[in-house]
Amino acid sequence: MERIHQNLPALIVVLPLCMGLITSIIGRRGLGWWLAMGTASAVLAMAVQLLVNVLESGTLTVTYQMGSWPAPFGIVYVVDPLNAGVLTIVALIGAIVTLYARKSIASEMDPRRLHFFYALWLFCMTGLLGITITGDAFNLYVLLEISSLSTYTLVALGRQRNRRALTAAINYLVLGSIGATFYLLGIAYLYMVTGSLNIADIQHILATKVFPTWGTDAPMYRTTVYVGFALMAVGLSLKLALFPLHGWLPNAYTYAPSSVSALLASTATKVGAYAFIRVIFTLVGTGFAYRMLHTDVVLMVSAGAAILVGSWMAFRQTSLKKLLAYSSIGQIGYITLGFALGNVNGLTASIIHLFNHALTKGGMFMALGVVAYRLGNTRLQDVQGLGRKLPFTMAAFTAGGLGLIGVPLTAGFVSKWYLVTACIEAGRYEMAAIVLVGSLIALLYVWKVVEAIYFGKRPENVPGVKEAPLTMLVPTLLLAGASIYFGIDASTSARVATAAAHFLLGVTP
Amino acid sequence: MKDNVLMRVAARWNMPFLLVFALYTQTHGELGPGGGFQSGVMIAAAFIVYGMVFGADEMRRVVPRWVTDFAAAAGVLIYAGAGVYCMAMGYTFLDYAALVPSNPGGAEPWGMVIVEYGVGITVAAVMLTVFNEITEGTLPGQEPGGTKEVL
Repeated sequence: MERIHQNLPALIVVLPLCMGLITSIIGRRGLGWWLAMGTASAVLAMAVQLLVNVLESGTLTVTYQMGSWPAPFGIVYVVDPLNAGVLTIVALIGAIVTLYARKSIASEMDPRRLHFFYALWLFCMTGLLGITITGDAFNLYVLLEISSLSTYTLVALGRQRNRRALTAAINYLVLGSIGATFYLLGIAYLYMVTGSLNIADIQHILATKVFPTWGTDAPMYRTTVYVGFALMAVGLSLKLALFPLHGWLPNAYTYAPSSVSALLASTATKVGAYAFIRVIFTLVGTGFAYRMLHTDVVLMVSAGAAILVGSWMAFRQTSLKKLLAYSSIGQIGYITLGFALGNVNGLTASIIHLFNHALTKGGMFMALGVVAYRLGNTRLQDVQGLGRKLPFTMAAFTAGGLGLIGVPLTAGFVSKWYLVTACIEAGRYEMAAIVLVGSLIALLYVWKVVEAIYFGKRPENVPGVKEAPLTMLVPTLLLAGASIYFGIDASTSARVATAAAHFLLGVTP
Repeated sequence: MKDNVLMRVAARWNMPFLLVFALYTQTHGELGPGGGFQSGVMIAAAFIVYGMVFGADEMRRVVPRWVTDFAAAAGVLIYAGAGVYCMAMGYTFLDYAALVPSNPGGAEPWGMVIVEYGVGITVAAVMLTVFNEITEGTLPGQEPGGTKEVL
């Protein structure tokens, strides 16, 4: 027990990796789900334990040396309040969606190959958890590729329901690889300057040896660092689907199997956002990224456009999965806006919205998965009058929708409150206005669906539908309930987010 | 291509040399140029040459799909297992000192050897899987595994 405890940061990545491999060997005949479910639960327990450890430790960090090699030479895993929070999000959503996936995926693909699905599922979690926990910039790239490669395959598995999953997956593969390559090139440029791949070490060398020379006559490597940072920023923007680099997202989310959409929408882009926050706030520092290069202006313009265009495109969709996908682009805009503002409240808004949006969107995609499971489709005309046929599922969907708008007593309200406060604090009144307009557009697209669900008339000649099976309904309601709970009592999520924001900005509360 | 005597003989005679040289590269890994990647590719190349001359089906008779599927996962498990063993012995992940606690410096090569075998097995299996995926017919009207020649 003691040994498990001291190796937690490594185990949280190694366990899903090993179990994924074991699942691909022995996971036939339904055993795959049990292995995946057991692993996901264990990972959740470990993530929560790590979060507690970090918040209780005096320095707010837990460091783990791979193979006992010390920091700049070996790979270290560093857990601080920010990534402990993101780890918990990924592990929590992972566990709940795995519970949901059993019935859902069984109806969407060849049952003889299900063990490969669960293996990929665990690899995807390995990658996402690894990106979050690693303290090494190159290791981050490797784990990014692990999660991305398994994600491409998972998206392509939607082909039995719709062949367009294949083109969506190829599209995602090409753009995702370009993003990862840009990130890798950026790392290479920074390595050229600093000779280090460790995030803390790069930060130290840049801050003590490189930046101080820039005010003098002989600035060292100024252009190289500019280019390196720019490449990393573009690569990560592609990964987190920041407008206008969001092209891969709508189709990938729409045509992927329901459980995969739920997992990706609530974890993959969140981890991308985390990596971006890490690069800006820890790796190069806001002094360079915001005050010298004015990346914050670029990010704010992108975020504002993402909020408006994403929400508006969502309003125009008639396929509900696509509607949620475009709405995700808008929500990524809110997350980006938060950390682009760069103040404590903005970062808190960003981090708390990572969590709140994961709950909200995960629950909504799972509710749509139930619709797809029962009706085989998720077009707007198919859900007419479904409110009476699937009361619980549709209630979960509506709760999520209210969260997207940001109605008080939902989790979305808490994030938007922090966000608008941060905008006003930073004197960015136009961004505050955009957040409010975005919420209004969200009201339009959510109302469009809610109206169809509750006031639409069920077509005469369609067969009756039953409420979802319990293993799908419980996780859906769990996430929808959590999105309400964290809207009423946000003290836990706000505490972690504030601790993370304070930690990143180096201010003591 | 199996009607061509030259190809048949060349493929047959090359195989043992390729395999032996692959093993040599494998065992040489921690001391000089070489290691799991190179050796795995060479093992796979030996079988792929065989498959190209005698037909992919013939190769799959020698190395069935379940073997490559199993080996691809088993190799990584050996690698990760070495790390997990170190953790179980009270060291950190992949801290090879756990293998020979009395002589940590001497333990490093042992760790590398174990890990390199894992790499070799996985690389060979994945290369063969790629070959299998390419040669198993997926065109409409073509039965799986119907391809006799790939060149």
